[in-house]
Amino acid sequence: MTPENRSAYWKANIRLVTILLIIWFIASYGLAILLVEPLNQFHLGGYPLGFWFAQQGSIYVFLVLIFAYAFGMNRLDKKFDVEE
Amino acid sequence: MSNLSNLDIWTYSVVGFTFATYIGIAIWARAGTTGEFYVAGKGVHPVLNGMATGADWMSAASFISMAGLIAFNGYGGSVFLMGWTGGYVLLALLLAPYLRKFGKFTVPEFIGDRYYSQTARIVAVICLILASITYVIGQMKGIGVAFSRFLEVSYDMGLYIGMAIVAVYAVLGGMKGITYTQIAQYVVLIMAYTIPAIFISLNLTGNPFPQLGLGSEYAPGGDPSGMSMLAKLDQVVTELGFKEYTTQTMGSTLNMFAYTLSLMIGTAGLPHVIIRFFTVPTVKSARFSAGWALVFIAILYTTAPAVGAMARLNFVDTLMIQKTETSEQGLAAFEPLPGDELPGWFQNWSQTGLLVWKDLNDDGQVQYYNDKNDATVAEADALGYKGSEIFHGTGDALKPGPDLDIMVLANPEIAGLPNWVIALIVAGGLAAALSTAAGLLLAISSAISHDLLKSVFMKDISEKAELNAGRLSMIGAIIVAGYLGLNPPGFAAGTVAIAFGLAASSIFPALMMGIFYKRMNNTGAVAGMIAGITVTLLYVFQHKGIFFIPGTEFLAPQLGMGADWFFGISPNAFGAVGAVVNFVVAFIVSAVTAPPPEHIQHLVEDVRVPRGAGEATGH
Repeated sequence: MTPENRSAYWKANIRLVTILLIIWFIASYGLAILLVEPLNQFHLGGYPLGFWFAQQGSIYVFLVLIFAYAFGMNRLDKKFDVEE
Repeated sequence: MSNLSNLDIWTYSVVGFTFATYIGIAIWARAGTTGEFYVAGKGVHPVLNGMATGADWMSAASFISMAGLIAFNGYGGSVFLMGWTGGYVLLALLLAPYLRKFGKFTVPEFIGDRYYSQTARIVAVICLILASITYVIGQMKGIGVAFSRFLEVSYDMGLYIGMAIVAVYAVLGGMKGITYTQIAQYVVLIMAYTIPAIFISLNLTGNPFPQLGLGSEYAPGGDPSGMSMLAKLDQVVTELGFKEYTTQTMGSTLNMFAYTLSLMIGTAGLPHVIIRFFTVPTVKSARFSAGWALVFIAILYTTAPAVGAMARLNFVDTLMIQKTETSEQGLAAFEPLPGDELPGWFQNWSQTGLLVWKDLNDDGQVQYYNDKNDATVAEADALGYKGSEIFHGTGDALKPGPDLDIMVLANPEIAGLPNWVIALIVAGGLAAALSTAAGLLLAISSAISHDLLKSVFMKDISEKAELNAGRLSMIGAIIVAGYLGLNPPGFAAGTVAIAFGLAASSIFPALMMGIFYKRMNNTGAVAGMIAGITVTLLYVFQHKGIFFIPGTEFLAPQLGMGADWFFGISPNAFGAVGAVVNFVVAFIVSAVTAPPPEHIQHLVEDVRVPRGAGEATGH
């Protein structure tokens, strides 16, 4: 693996992680803590929306993020030919 | 035990059967070599590893304690839900694949090699032991509660029995035994958690999925009320003077923020969880293992809010009966329960001292309301009530309200579910506590025998002696944690939160910078770890006592330091601040000292690329 390739792989990795962590932050700290009061004006079934994000929604988002990362990285591994 | 009730027979059978299964598996998969003792060989499938990680992770804090804390903190309890799941995102994205690529047995080993320093390794071992022991104290609290109810003995007695069982169980197994046992334990604990929740959700809302039931209409026994479940709960608790369930917070917004962050970072810094990712065959499977682990964890964590909310409503409903056809508001809209009609479960829990009724106004009735709320107290005075009469504790040392750690275990009894369901929940609570205690004790013993003895102090120690040293240190850790568990610094989940704070402030920053910041050197990492954990420990000890021993809190009012919290951040949440201190100190110190040598920079480069991950080794 050339040093250029290596650094391109790492950059792509960091980009993916950064995007996912921004979503991670918004789903938990953003919607469920900082914006909980305004969001509670809306409802999802019997759940106030902010409360739903805090006790249900954020957890579903976390799950999606981890699998998105695993699939995304596997694709990068193939693209840069660094698979095991 | 001359006259066993039907419930006793169920409980003994279910607990006995599950224990026999765990011990059978532990013996069948008994560890023979140090490699098997620490990482279970290589053949563990990601789904199975995820399940075992789920059991390892979901401890007494998750199973026994968390829903009780949610029940009485409402929205504020969300910090546990988000903190203990969101940490998996950090773990999966920032640590797991790289640590797997690095391919060693233990976390201190990575830190020692990456920072080319025995000092760094020893500091990591000390941080790891502090965090893990605190965590085991929380487990001991949960085990004590479960055994005290199950065997109808005092909390202290329940704790001693629990210590003995943990000792036999953890010392025998090692990682290989633990991994397979944990898969069985996951199955037991998830069934034990969800089955009662499904029953209760059906009873209260008609919806079999607790996750949906919590957002459905409140319809007890199929009788629609026209209100949502949460609106009903908000109404009942506010009438009794408590804070509104869906908006009640845990301190300030900053405290909620810091608490969640501390638990998330701590999740990604706890050795017994990280170690799981050494046991998968490839980097690719390390990435997926974290996802599978969270799938299995999320089943419990999305059910817990429903368990908490419904337990709270059932608990209140049992003690304070809402009058029908009344125009009255507040306390007057409720009829207190006559003391001689207290249900059997209440009397059973009274024997443990964890739920006590004391008739303050001698009227023979049970009054339960918020006697810290002035408006409610005025209503209570008018009705002749002299304070809320529900306590926990013994003798003169009564504390207000129930011990929150009983809520999950008592929940099926409160809801009047069949005996086999009640028996199941005891078995589930014990499975959760035991599996985590075993994983933690393993992390502690490998830190002492592998990272201290074999690598630093007794390099020529034989494999057999290393194994025995590991087992001895497990027993030592059980005794220390059991002793401190007699006076735990809080409810199980709160105690465990402190452990997460310690891991967050020490281990996680060192690992993350080791992978993502090539320039980080040994001096910076060591200074960061020491600064982070010291700040956190001092803050916690200052408020909770030195090693949580009561009476040793060293708040110094003469220095102008009252019981006030720094910016309103509670000790349980302070790990987030400790982690920031760690990052800042490490960054500054490394910037003014020499960069790491060439071969370390190559090591970091190598860890970042998946290809060539061999088997985990001990050297």
